[in-house]
Amino acid sequence: MASDIGALSAAAAAAAIADGGLARDELFEHYRARAAADQLNAFTWVAEAEPGAVDGPLGGVPLAVKDLFCTEGIPSQAGSKILAGYCPPYTATAVANLEAAGAPLLGKTNQDEFAMGSSNENSAYGPVLNPWDHGRVPGGSSGGSAAAVAGGLAPWALGTDTGGSIRQPAALCGIVGLKPTYGAVSRYGMIAFASSLDSAGPLTRDVTDAALCYRHLVGRDSADATSVAFPEPIEIPSSERLDGVKLAVPTALVEGEGIEPGVRASFEAALETARGLGATIISCEIPSAPYALSAYYVIAPAEASSNLSRFDGVRYGLRVEQAHLDEMYTETRHDGFGAEVKRRILIGTYALSSGYYDAYYGRAQRVRTVVAQDLASIFEQADLIVTPTSPTVAFGLGERTADPLSMYLSDLFTIPMSLAGTPAISIPSGLSEGLPVGLQICGPAFSENRILSAAHALEQAIGFDGSVTWGSD
Amino acid sequence: MIDRDELLHVARLARLALHEDELETTAAELSSILGHVAAIDQLDLDGVEPTAHIGDVSDSLRADQPRPSLAREVALAPAPAVRDDGFLVPSPQGE
Repeated sequence: MASDIGALSAAAAAAAIADGGLARDELFEHYRARAAADQLNAFTWVAEAEPGAVDGPLGGVPLAVKDLFCTEGIPSQAGSKILAGYCPPYTATAVANLEAAGAPLLGKTNQDEFAMGSSNENSAYGPVLNPWDHGRVPGGSSGGSAAAVAGGLAPWALGTDTGGSIRQPAALCGIVGLKPTYGAVSRYGMIAFASSLDSAGPLTRDVTDAALCYRHLVGRDSADATSVAFPEPIEIPSSERLDGVKLAVPTALVEGEGIEPGVRASFEAALETARGLGATIISCEIPSAPYALSAYYVIAPAEASSNLSRFDGVRYGLRVEQAHLDEMYTETRHDGFGAEVKRRILIGTYALSSGYYDAYYGRAQRVRTVVAQDLASIFEQADLIVTPTSPTVAFGLGERTADPLSMYLSDLFTIPMSLAGTPAISIPSGLSEGLPVGLQICGPAFSENRILSAAHALEQAIGFDGSVTWGSD
Repeated sequence: MIDRDELLHVARLARLALHEDELETTAAELSSILGHVAAIDQLDLDGVEPTAHIGDVSDSLRADQPRPSLAREVALAPAPAVRDDGFLVPSPQGE
Protein backbone atom coordinates (compact mmCIF):
# COMPACT_ATOMS: atom_id res chain seq x y z
CA MET A 1 0.00 0.00 0.00
CA ALA A 2 2.76 2.44 0.98
CA SER A 3 3.74 3.32 -2.58
CA ASP A 4 0.11 3.99 -3.51
CA ILE A 5 -0.84 6.11 -0.51
CA GLY A 6 0.18 9.33 -2.18
CA ALA A 7 -2.06 8.58 -5.15
CA LEU A 8 -5.22 8.61 -3.01
CA SER A 9 -7.42 11.69 -2.82
CA ALA A 10 -8.42 12.71 0.70
CA ALA A 11 -11.88 11.19 0.22
CA ALA A 12 -10.36 7.95 -1.13
CA ALA A 13 -7.90 7.80 1.77
CA ALA A 14 -10.72 8.30 4.28
CA ALA A 15 -12.67 5.49 2.58
CA ALA A 16 -9.61 3.19 2.60
CA ILE A 17 -9.17 3.78 6.32
CA ALA A 18 -12.88 3.18 6.96
CA ASP A 19 -12.85 -0.20 5.19
CA GLY A 20 -9.61 -1.31 6.84
CA GLY A 21 -7.40 -1.22 3.74
CA LEU A 22 -5.22 1.56 5.12
CA ALA A 23 -3.99 2.30 8.65
CA ARG A 24 -4.39 5.89 9.86
CA ASP A 25 -0.91 6.02 11.35
CA GLU A 26 0.56 4.78 8.06
CA LEU A 27 -1.27 7.57 6.19
CA PHE A 28 -0.19 10.22 8.69
CA GLU A 29 3.44 9.06 8.62
CA HIS A 30 3.47 9.07 4.80
CA TYR A 31 2.56 12.78 4.74
CA ARG A 32 4.52 13.69 7.86
CA ALA A 33 7.71 12.32 6.31
CA ARG A 34 7.04 14.13 3.03
CA ALA A 35 6.22 17.40 4.78
CA ALA A 36 9.33 17.12 6.98
CA ALA A 37 11.45 16.68 3.82
CA ASP A 38 9.72 19.68 2.17
CA GLN A 39 11.81 21.12 -0.69
CA LEU A 40 9.23 23.81 -1.52
CA ASN A 41 9.40 25.79 1.75
CA ALA A 42 5.65 25.16 1.95
CA PHE A 43 5.69 24.35 5.68
CA THR A 44 6.71 26.53 8.62
CA TRP A 45 6.00 23.79 11.18
CA VAL A 46 5.44 20.01 10.87
CA ALA A 47 4.02 17.68 13.54
CA GLU A 48 6.48 15.22 15.05
CA ALA A 49 3.85 12.56 15.55
CA GLU A 50 0.16 12.04 14.94
CA PRO A 51 -1.90 14.02 17.46
CA GLY A 52 -4.41 12.13 19.59
CA ALA A 53 -6.80 10.09 17.43
CA VAL A 54 -10.27 11.48 16.88
CA ASP A 55 -12.71 9.22 15.05
CA GLY A 56 -14.84 11.10 12.59
CA PRO A 57 -16.10 11.31 9.03
CA LEU A 58 -12.80 12.78 7.79
CA GLY A 59 -11.26 9.42 8.64
CA GLY A 60 -7.91 10.55 10.03
CA VAL A 61 -6.78 12.24 6.81
CA PRO A 62 -4.14 14.78 7.92
CA LEU A 63 -4.65 18.50 7.34
CA ALA A 64 -2.18 21.28 6.52
CA VAL A 65 -3.23 24.65 7.94
CA LYS A 66 -2.24 28.14 6.84
CA ASP A 67 0.02 29.78 9.39
CA LEU A 68 -2.45 32.56 10.27
CA PHE A 69 -4.90 30.16 11.93
CA CYS A 70 -4.29 30.08 15.67
CA THR A 71 -3.38 26.59 16.87
CA GLU A 72 -2.99 26.13 20.62
CA GLY A 73 0.63 25.70 21.68
CA ILE A 74 1.84 25.52 18.07
CA PRO A 75 3.61 28.38 16.25
CA SER A 76 1.09 30.66 14.49
CA GLN A 77 3.10 33.47 12.92
CA ALA A 78 0.96 34.65 9.97
CA GLY A 79 4.12 34.73 7.87
CA SER A 80 5.39 37.68 9.93
CA LYS A 81 8.55 38.35 11.87
CA ILE A 82 6.47 40.32 14.37
CA LEU A 83 4.89 37.00 15.49
CA ALA A 84 8.06 34.88 15.33
CA GLY A 85 7.67 31.93 17.68
CA TYR A 86 4.21 33.01 18.87
CA CYS A 87 2.19 30.05 20.21
CA PRO A 88 -1.45 31.04 20.85
CA PRO A 89 -3.43 29.89 23.88
CA TYR A 90 -6.39 28.69 21.79
CA THR A 91 -7.30 27.12 18.44
CA ALA A 92 -9.28 28.70 15.60
CA THR A 93 -12.83 27.37 15.17
CA ALA A 94 -12.24 26.30 11.55
CA VAL A 95 -9.27 24.14 12.58
CA ALA A 96 -11.06 22.81 15.66
CA ASN A 97 -14.09 21.84 13.53
CA LEU A 98 -11.95 19.83 11.11
CA GLU A 99 -9.97 18.20 13.94
CA ALA A 100 -13.24 17.24 15.63
CA ALA A 101 -14.43 15.72 12.33
CA GLY A 102 -11.32 13.51 12.25
CA ALA A 103 -8.64 15.50 10.37
CA PRO A 104 -5.47 15.70 12.54
CA LEU A 105 -3.10 18.65 12.17
CA LEU A 106 -0.15 17.76 9.93
CA GLY A 107 1.58 21.13 9.87
CA LYS A 108 1.37 24.89 9.40
CA THR A 109 1.93 26.36 5.95
CA ASN A 110 3.89 29.35 4.72
CA GLN A 111 2.01 32.40 3.45
CA ASP A 112 2.39 36.03 2.47
CA GLU A 113 2.77 38.11 5.64
CA PHE A 114 -0.70 38.69 7.13
CA ALA A 115 -2.12 37.30 3.85
CA MET A 116 -1.00 40.40 1.92
CA GLY A 117 0.31 39.26 -1.43
CA SER A 118 -0.31 37.19 -4.53
CA SER A 119 3.01 35.33 -4.82
CA ASN A 120 4.00 34.21 -1.31
CA GLU A 121 7.15 36.30 -1.70
CA ASN A 122 6.04 38.59 1.15
CA SER A 123 6.65 35.90 3.80
CA ALA A 124 9.22 36.58 6.52
CA TYR A 125 10.01 32.85 6.27
CA GLY A 126 11.09 32.90 2.62
CA PRO A 127 9.29 32.30 -0.66
CA VAL A 128 7.44 29.07 -1.50
CA LEU A 129 8.32 27.31 -4.75
CA ASN A 130 5.72 26.18 -7.27
CA PRO A 131 5.81 22.36 -7.56
CA TRP A 132 5.28 22.65 -11.34
CA ASP A 133 8.41 24.79 -11.76
CA HIS A 134 10.66 25.64 -8.84
CA GLY A 135 11.65 28.91 -10.50
CA ARG A 136 8.09 30.20 -10.25
CA VAL A 137 5.78 31.41 -7.49
CA PRO A 138 2.88 29.28 -6.20
CA GLY A 139 0.60 32.34 -5.98
CA GLY A 140 -0.60 33.75 -2.71
CA SER A 141 -1.37 34.47 -0.13
CA SER A 142 -2.18 30.80 0.68
CA GLY A 143 0.88 29.75 -1.34
CA GLY A 144 2.21 27.23 1.18
CA SER A 145 -1.16 25.49 1.42
CA ALA A 146 -1.48 25.31 -2.38
CA ALA A 147 2.09 24.09 -2.92
CA ALA A 148 1.78 21.50 -0.13
CA VAL A 149 -1.32 19.97 -1.74
CA ALA A 150 -0.05 20.19 -5.31
CA GLY A 151 3.36 18.84 -4.29
CA GLY A 152 1.88 15.81 -2.52
CA LEU A 153 3.11 16.99 0.89
CA ALA A 154 -0.44 17.15 2.28
CA PRO A 155 -3.69 15.53 1.14
CA TRP A 156 -5.57 18.78 1.68
CA ALA A 157 -5.13 22.16 3.31
CA LEU A 158 -6.92 25.09 4.87
CA GLY A 159 -6.37 28.58 3.48
CA THR A 160 -7.93 32.02 3.60
CA ASP A 161 -9.18 34.27 0.83
CA THR A 162 -9.55 38.04 1.22
CA GLY A 163 -9.20 39.14 -2.43
CA GLY A 164 -8.32 35.83 -4.11
CA SER A 165 -5.84 34.21 -1.72
CA ILE A 166 -7.33 30.70 -1.99
CA ARG A 167 -8.44 30.77 -5.63
CA GLN A 168 -5.33 32.30 -7.24
CA PRO A 169 -2.73 29.97 -5.65
CA ALA A 170 -5.02 27.00 -6.34
CA ALA A 171 -5.09 28.07 -10.00
CA LEU A 172 -1.33 28.59 -10.22
CA CYS A 173 -0.64 25.19 -8.60
CA GLY A 174 -3.22 23.15 -10.56
CA ILE A 175 -5.54 22.27 -7.67
CA VAL A 176 -9.03 23.16 -6.40
CA GLY A 177 -9.68 26.10 -4.05
CA LEU A 178 -13.03 27.20 -2.63
CA LYS A 179 -13.73 30.68 -1.27
CA PRO A 180 -16.96 30.45 0.72
CA THR A 181 -19.85 32.85 1.10
CA TYR A 182 -18.75 35.53 3.58
CA GLY A 183 -19.68 34.42 7.08
CA ALA A 184 -20.28 30.74 6.24
CA VAL A 185 -17.07 29.76 8.05
CA SER A 186 -16.13 31.22 11.44
CA ARG A 187 -13.24 33.70 11.49
CA TYR A 188 -12.60 33.11 15.19
CA GLY A 189 -8.87 32.50 15.67
CA MET A 190 -7.90 33.65 12.19
CA ILE A 191 -5.29 36.41 12.57
CA ALA A 192 -7.26 39.19 10.88
CA PHE A 193 -6.31 41.02 7.67
CA ALA A 194 -9.52 42.68 6.41
CA SER A 195 -12.40 41.55 8.59
CA SER A 196 -15.25 42.34 6.20
CA LEU A 197 -13.60 40.25 3.45
CA ASP A 198 -11.62 37.41 5.15
CA SER A 199 -12.97 33.91 4.43
CA ALA A 200 -11.52 30.48 5.31
CA GLY A 201 -11.82 27.60 2.86
CA PRO A 202 -10.27 24.37 1.56
CA LEU A 203 -7.49 23.76 -0.99
CA THR A 204 -7.73 20.22 -2.34
CA ARG A 205 -6.78 17.90 -5.19
CA ASP A 206 -10.31 17.64 -6.49
CA VAL A 207 -13.85 18.98 -6.12
CA THR A 208 -15.09 16.01 -4.08
CA ASP A 209 -12.38 16.62 -1.46
CA ALA A 210 -13.33 20.32 -1.37
CA ALA A 211 -16.98 19.43 -0.66
CA LEU A 212 -16.00 16.84 1.97
CA CYS A 213 -13.81 19.33 3.82
CA TYR A 214 -16.21 22.25 3.40
CA ARG A 215 -19.23 20.44 4.85
CA HIS A 216 -17.35 20.27 8.19
CA LEU A 217 -16.13 23.87 8.05
CA VAL A 218 -19.44 25.70 7.78
CA GLY A 219 -21.60 26.78 10.67
CA ARG A 220 -22.60 29.57 13.00
CA ASP A 221 -20.05 30.15 15.78
CA SER A 222 -20.99 32.12 18.87
CA ALA A 223 -17.37 33.37 18.99
CA ASP A 224 -17.76 35.12 15.59
CA ALA A 225 -20.71 37.52 15.48
CA THR A 226 -20.47 37.75 11.66
CA SER A 227 -20.78 33.98 11.14
CA VAL A 228 -24.05 32.56 9.87
CA ALA A 229 -25.65 29.12 9.76
CA PHE A 230 -25.42 27.55 6.29
CA PRO A 231 -29.03 27.14 5.10
CA GLU A 232 -28.60 23.56 3.80
CA PRO A 233 -26.21 20.61 4.14
CA ILE A 234 -23.18 20.62 1.83
CA GLU A 235 -23.62 17.71 -0.60
CA ILE A 236 -20.86 15.56 -2.06
CA PRO A 237 -21.22 16.38 -5.78
CA SER A 238 -21.92 13.65 -8.32
CA SER A 239 -23.20 15.56 -11.35
CA GLU A 240 -21.58 14.82 -14.70
CA ARG A 241 -23.82 17.09 -16.79
CA LEU A 242 -24.66 20.79 -16.96
CA ASP A 243 -28.05 20.47 -18.66
CA GLY A 244 -30.18 23.54 -18.03
CA VAL A 245 -27.32 25.42 -16.36
CA LYS A 246 -26.81 28.97 -17.62
CA LEU A 247 -23.24 30.27 -17.35
CA ALA A 248 -22.49 33.98 -17.76
CA VAL A 249 -19.15 35.21 -19.12
CA PRO A 250 -18.21 38.84 -18.35
CA THR A 251 -17.02 39.45 -21.90
CA ALA A 252 -15.30 42.81 -21.59
CA LEU A 253 -13.43 41.66 -18.51
CA VAL A 254 -12.11 38.39 -19.93
CA GLU A 255 -11.23 39.98 -23.27
CA GLY A 256 -9.39 42.85 -21.64
CA GLU A 257 -5.69 43.59 -21.70
CA GLY A 258 -3.18 41.69 -19.61
CA ILE A 259 -4.70 38.25 -20.08
CA GLU A 260 -2.23 35.76 -21.48
CA PRO A 261 -3.27 34.10 -24.76
CA GLY A 262 -2.73 30.64 -23.24
CA VAL A 263 -5.03 31.47 -20.32
CA ARG A 264 -7.70 32.74 -22.73
CA ALA A 265 -7.36 29.62 -24.89
CA SER A 266 -7.79 27.33 -21.87
CA PHE A 267 -10.82 29.35 -20.77
CA GLU A 268 -12.40 29.14 -24.25
CA ALA A 269 -11.81 25.38 -24.29
CA ALA A 270 -13.51 25.08 -20.87
CA LEU A 271 -16.53 26.97 -22.25
CA GLU A 272 -16.70 24.51 -25.16
CA THR A 273 -16.54 21.63 -22.69
CA ALA A 274 -19.37 23.22 -20.70
CA ARG A 275 -21.49 23.55 -23.87
CA GLY A 276 -20.83 19.89 -24.60
CA LEU A 277 -22.16 19.02 -21.15
CA GLY A 278 -25.41 20.86 -21.89
CA ALA A 279 -24.72 24.30 -20.44
CA THR A 280 -25.92 27.52 -22.05
CA ILE A 281 -23.29 30.27 -22.23
CA ILE A 282 -24.41 33.90 -22.20
CA SER A 283 -22.45 37.12 -22.28
CA CYS A 284 -22.69 39.58 -19.40
CA GLU A 285 -20.90 42.65 -18.11
CA ILE A 286 -19.63 43.66 -14.68
CA PRO A 287 -19.41 47.40 -15.43
CA SER A 288 -17.90 48.12 -12.02
CA ALA A 289 -15.13 45.49 -12.36
CA PRO A 290 -12.38 47.96 -13.32
CA TYR A 291 -13.20 49.97 -10.20
CA ALA A 292 -13.50 46.94 -7.94
CA LEU A 293 -9.72 46.49 -7.84
CA SER A 294 -9.24 50.12 -6.81
CA ALA A 295 -11.97 49.91 -4.18
CA TYR A 296 -10.44 46.73 -2.79
CA TYR A 297 -7.02 48.35 -2.49
CA VAL A 298 -8.62 51.02 -0.31
CA ILE A 299 -10.97 48.88 1.79
CA ALA A 300 -8.58 46.02 2.55
CA PRO A 301 -5.66 48.25 3.63
CA ALA A 302 -8.04 50.45 5.65
CA GLU A 303 -9.30 47.46 7.62
CA ALA A 304 -5.76 46.07 7.87
CA SER A 305 -4.41 49.32 9.28
CA SER A 306 -6.94 49.00 12.09
CA ASN A 307 -6.52 45.24 12.66
CA LEU A 308 -2.73 45.38 12.69
CA SER A 309 -2.64 48.11 15.32
CA ARG A 310 -2.74 45.26 17.87
CA PHE A 311 0.88 44.40 17.08
CA ASP A 312 2.55 46.87 19.40
CA GLY A 313 5.13 44.86 21.35
CA VAL A 314 2.98 44.73 24.50
CA ARG A 315 1.01 41.47 24.68
CA TYR A 316 2.76 39.08 22.28
CA GLY A 317 5.35 38.89 19.56
CA LEU A 318 8.38 41.02 18.88
CA ARG A 319 9.39 43.97 21.06
CA VAL A 320 12.20 46.35 20.14
CA GLU A 321 13.34 47.74 23.48
CA GLN A 322 13.24 51.53 23.79
CA ALA A 323 13.25 53.79 26.82
CA HIS A 324 10.11 55.61 25.67
CA LEU A 325 6.77 53.81 25.20
CA ASP A 326 5.93 55.54 21.94
CA GLU A 327 9.33 54.73 20.45
CA MET A 328 8.91 51.11 21.54
CA TYR A 329 5.67 50.97 19.53
CA THR A 330 7.04 52.62 16.41
CA GLU A 331 10.39 50.79 16.30
CA THR A 332 8.78 47.42 17.05
CA ARG A 333 6.43 47.92 14.13
CA HIS A 334 9.25 49.20 11.92
CA ASP A 335 11.38 46.11 12.51
CA GLY A 336 8.55 43.56 12.79
CA PHE A 337 6.53 44.28 9.64
CA GLY A 338 7.71 43.64 6.08
CA ALA A 339 7.60 46.15 3.22
CA GLU A 340 4.20 45.21 1.76
CA VAL A 341 2.51 45.19 5.17
CA LYS A 342 3.93 48.64 5.91
CA ARG A 343 2.73 49.94 2.54
CA ARG A 344 -0.80 48.73 3.26
CA ILE A 345 -0.83 50.08 6.81
CA LEU A 346 0.22 53.49 5.46
CA ILE A 347 -2.29 53.44 2.57
CA GLY A 348 -5.05 52.36 4.94
CA THR A 349 -4.18 54.96 7.55
CA TYR A 350 -4.05 57.64 4.85
CA ALA A 351 -7.44 56.58 3.43
CA LEU A 352 -9.04 56.72 6.87
CA SER A 353 -7.42 59.98 7.94
CA SER A 354 -9.24 63.25 8.39
CA GLY A 355 -9.73 65.03 5.08
CA TYR A 356 -9.36 61.88 2.94
CA TYR A 357 -11.93 59.55 4.48
CA ASP A 358 -14.82 60.49 2.17
CA ALA A 359 -12.69 60.63 -0.97
CA TYR A 360 -11.15 57.20 -0.45
CA TYR A 361 -12.81 54.94 2.10
CA GLY A 362 -16.30 56.39 1.73
CA ARG A 363 -16.21 56.15 -2.07
CA ALA A 364 -14.70 52.67 -1.98
CA GLN A 365 -17.53 51.44 0.22
CA ARG A 366 -20.03 52.81 -2.29
CA VAL A 367 -18.18 51.12 -5.17
CA ARG A 368 -18.56 47.94 -3.13
CA THR A 369 -22.34 48.42 -3.19
CA VAL A 370 -22.28 48.82 -6.98
CA VAL A 371 -20.14 45.69 -7.44
CA ALA A 372 -22.57 43.64 -5.34
CA GLN A 373 -25.49 45.05 -7.37
CA ASP A 374 -23.75 44.24 -10.67
CA LEU A 375 -23.24 40.61 -9.64
CA ALA A 376 -26.79 40.32 -8.28
CA SER A 377 -28.26 41.53 -11.57
CA ILE A 378 -26.23 38.92 -13.49
CA PHE A 379 -27.54 36.19 -11.19
CA GLU A 380 -31.07 37.21 -12.18
CA GLN A 381 -30.26 36.03 -15.72
CA ALA A 382 -27.73 33.26 -15.14
CA ASP A 383 -26.99 30.54 -12.59
CA LEU A 384 -23.25 31.03 -12.38
CA ILE A 385 -20.51 33.38 -13.61
CA VAL A 386 -17.35 31.88 -15.11
CA THR A 387 -13.98 33.58 -15.67
CA PRO A 388 -10.35 32.57 -15.70
CA THR A 389 -9.14 32.66 -12.07
CA SER A 390 -5.91 34.53 -12.82
CA PRO A 391 -4.96 36.54 -15.92
CA THR A 392 -1.63 34.70 -16.07
CA VAL A 393 -0.04 31.38 -15.22
CA ALA A 394 2.52 31.21 -12.40
CA PHE A 395 5.12 33.96 -12.89
CA GLY A 396 8.81 33.81 -12.09
CA LEU A 397 10.17 34.38 -8.58
CA GLY A 398 11.14 38.04 -8.25
CA GLU A 399 9.42 39.02 -11.49
CA ARG A 400 6.85 41.35 -9.92
CA THR A 401 8.31 42.27 -6.54
CA ALA A 402 9.71 45.58 -7.76
CA ASP A 403 6.26 46.90 -8.72
CA PRO A 404 3.50 46.41 -6.11
CA LEU A 405 0.82 47.50 -8.61
CA SER A 406 1.67 44.75 -11.11
CA MET A 407 1.22 42.24 -8.28
CA TYR A 408 -2.20 43.68 -7.44
CA LEU A 409 -3.42 43.00 -11.00
CA SER A 410 -3.23 39.25 -10.26
CA ASP A 411 -6.50 39.70 -8.38
CA LEU A 412 -8.50 41.27 -11.23
CA PHE A 413 -10.97 38.37 -11.61
CA THR A 414 -11.23 37.34 -7.97
CA ILE A 415 -11.86 40.66 -6.23
CA PRO A 416 -15.45 41.38 -7.36
CA MET A 417 -16.66 38.23 -5.56
CA SER A 418 -14.70 39.14 -2.44
CA LEU A 419 -16.31 42.59 -2.31
CA ALA A 420 -19.76 41.07 -2.87
CA GLY A 421 -19.18 38.31 -0.30
CA THR A 422 -20.25 35.66 -2.80
CA PRO A 423 -18.73 32.16 -3.12
CA ALA A 424 -16.40 31.04 -5.91
CA ILE A 425 -14.26 28.03 -6.73
CA SER A 426 -11.16 27.63 -8.87
CA ILE A 427 -10.61 24.34 -10.66
CA PRO A 428 -7.84 23.45 -13.13
CA SER A 429 -8.95 23.97 -16.75
CA GLY A 430 -5.74 22.77 -18.41
CA LEU A 431 -2.18 23.82 -19.11
CA SER A 432 -0.60 26.77 -20.86
CA GLU A 433 3.09 26.38 -21.68
CA GLY A 434 3.22 23.45 -19.27
CA LEU A 435 1.73 25.40 -16.35
CA PRO A 436 -1.76 25.07 -14.85
CA VAL A 437 -4.61 27.47 -15.65
CA GLY A 438 -7.56 27.95 -13.30
CA LEU A 439 -11.25 28.32 -14.13
CA GLN A 440 -13.31 30.36 -11.67
CA ILE A 441 -16.98 29.48 -11.11
CA CYS A 442 -19.02 31.89 -8.97
CA GLY A 443 -22.59 31.96 -7.72
CA PRO A 444 -24.82 33.98 -5.44
CA ALA A 445 -24.49 33.80 -1.63
CA PHE A 446 -24.95 30.27 -0.24
CA SER A 447 -24.91 28.63 -3.70
CA GLU A 448 -21.90 26.44 -2.81
CA ASN A 449 -23.79 23.22 -3.62
CA ARG A 450 -24.57 24.47 -7.13
CA ILE A 451 -20.99 25.67 -7.61
CA LEU A 452 -19.53 22.36 -6.42
CA SER A 453 -21.94 20.41 -8.63
CA ALA A 454 -21.01 22.39 -11.78
CA ALA A 455 -17.32 22.24 -10.85
CA HIS A 456 -17.55 18.46 -10.47
CA ALA A 457 -19.17 18.00 -13.88
CA LEU A 458 -16.54 20.18 -15.54
CA GLU A 459 -13.70 18.52 -13.64
CA GLN A 460 -14.79 15.08 -14.85
CA ALA A 461 -15.03 16.27 -18.47
CA ILE A 462 -11.77 18.24 -18.43
CA GLY A 463 -9.81 15.35 -16.92
CA PHE A 464 -6.90 17.46 -15.68
CA ASP A 465 -4.03 15.31 -14.39
CA GLY A 466 -2.45 16.85 -11.30
CA SER A 467 -0.56 13.70 -10.35
CA VAL A 468 2.31 15.11 -12.39
CA THR A 469 3.32 17.03 -9.27
CA TRP A 470 1.81 15.19 -6.32
CA GLY A 471 3.11 11.85 -7.62
CA SER A 472 6.70 13.10 -7.85
CA ASP A 473 9.46 13.91 -5.37
CA MET B 1 1.02 62.89 -4.66
CA ILE B 2 2.26 62.19 -1.12
CA ASP B 3 5.14 64.39 0.00
CA ARG B 4 7.60 63.88 2.79
CA ASP B 5 5.67 65.81 5.43
CA GLU B 6 2.41 64.08 4.64
CA LEU B 7 4.12 60.68 4.74
CA LEU B 8 5.63 61.40 8.13
CA HIS B 9 2.22 62.53 9.41
CA VAL B 10 0.54 59.29 8.23
CA ALA B 11 3.39 57.16 9.65
CA ARG B 12 2.94 58.98 12.95
CA LEU B 13 -0.80 58.18 12.93
CA ALA B 14 0.05 54.51 12.22
CA ARG B 15 2.71 54.41 14.98
CA LEU B 16 5.16 53.16 12.38
CA ALA B 17 8.73 54.44 12.39
CA LEU B 18 10.15 55.32 8.96
CA HIS B 19 13.88 55.84 8.78
CA GLU B 20 15.43 58.61 6.72
CA ASP B 21 16.62 56.28 3.93
CA GLU B 22 13.10 54.83 3.50
CA LEU B 23 11.17 58.05 2.96
CA GLU B 24 11.76 58.68 -0.72
CA THR B 25 10.95 55.15 -1.96
CA THR B 26 7.94 54.81 0.32
CA ALA B 27 6.47 58.14 -0.79
CA ALA B 28 6.90 57.15 -4.45
CA GLU B 29 5.28 53.72 -3.93
CA LEU B 30 2.33 55.15 -2.03
CA SER B 31 1.82 57.85 -4.66
CA SER B 32 1.76 55.21 -7.39
CA ILE B 33 -0.83 53.12 -5.53
CA LEU B 34 -2.97 56.15 -4.69
CA GLY B 35 -2.82 57.21 -8.33
CA HIS B 36 -4.24 53.83 -9.29
CA VAL B 37 -7.01 53.77 -6.68
CA ALA B 38 -8.03 57.29 -7.71
CA ALA B 39 -9.84 55.54 -10.59
CA ILE B 40 -12.84 55.25 -8.29
CA ASP B 41 -13.36 58.99 -8.82
CA GLN B 42 -14.57 58.23 -12.34
CA LEU B 43 -17.60 56.22 -11.27
CA ASP B 44 -20.92 58.00 -10.76
CA LEU B 45 -21.88 57.15 -7.20
CA ASP B 46 -24.70 59.62 -6.67
CA GLY B 47 -27.35 58.14 -4.42
CA VAL B 48 -25.36 54.93 -3.78
CA GLU B 49 -25.26 53.81 -0.16
CA PRO B 50 -21.95 52.57 1.27
CA THR B 51 -21.47 48.89 2.15
CA ALA B 52 -19.44 48.34 5.32
CA HIS B 53 -20.42 44.73 5.72
CA ILE B 54 -22.06 42.01 3.64
CA GLY B 55 -24.89 40.08 5.23
CA ASP B 56 -27.18 40.61 8.17
CA VAL B 57 -25.59 40.81 11.61
CA SER B 58 -28.40 42.73 13.27
CA ASP B 59 -29.22 40.10 15.91
CA SER B 60 -25.68 39.13 16.80
CA LEU B 61 -25.44 40.31 20.40
CA ARG B 62 -25.11 37.62 23.03
CA ALA B 63 -26.52 37.89 26.54
CA ASP B 64 -24.44 40.20 28.73
CA GLN B 65 -23.38 37.53 31.19
CA PRO B 66 -19.89 36.66 32.48
CA ARG B 67 -18.43 33.41 31.15
CA PRO B 68 -15.08 31.63 31.42
CA SER B 69 -12.16 33.25 29.65
CA LEU B 70 -8.39 32.82 29.44
CA ALA B 71 -6.67 32.54 32.81
CA ARG B 72 -4.51 35.57 33.61
CA GLU B 73 -1.23 33.62 33.51
CA VAL B 74 -2.16 32.10 30.14
CA ALA B 75 -2.89 35.54 28.68
CA LEU B 76 0.36 36.94 30.08
CA ALA B 77 2.54 34.01 28.96
CA PRO B 78 3.35 35.25 25.41
CA ALA B 79 4.10 38.84 26.52
CA PRO B 80 7.62 40.22 26.00
CA ALA B 81 7.65 41.66 29.55
CA VAL B 82 5.43 41.10 32.58
CA ARG B 83 5.47 42.42 36.13
CA ASP B 84 3.19 41.21 38.89
CA ASP B 85 -0.18 40.62 37.21
CA GLY B 86 0.20 42.90 34.22
CA PHE B 87 1.97 43.67 30.94
CA LEU B 88 5.11 45.70 31.55
CA VAL B 89 5.81 48.62 29.17
CA PRO B 90 8.37 51.43 29.13
CA SER B 91 7.35 54.78 30.56
CA PRO B 92 5.31 57.10 28.32
CA GLN B 93 7.63 59.90 29.45
CA GLY B 94 10.84 57.98 28.82
CA GLU B 95 13.39 57.16 31.50
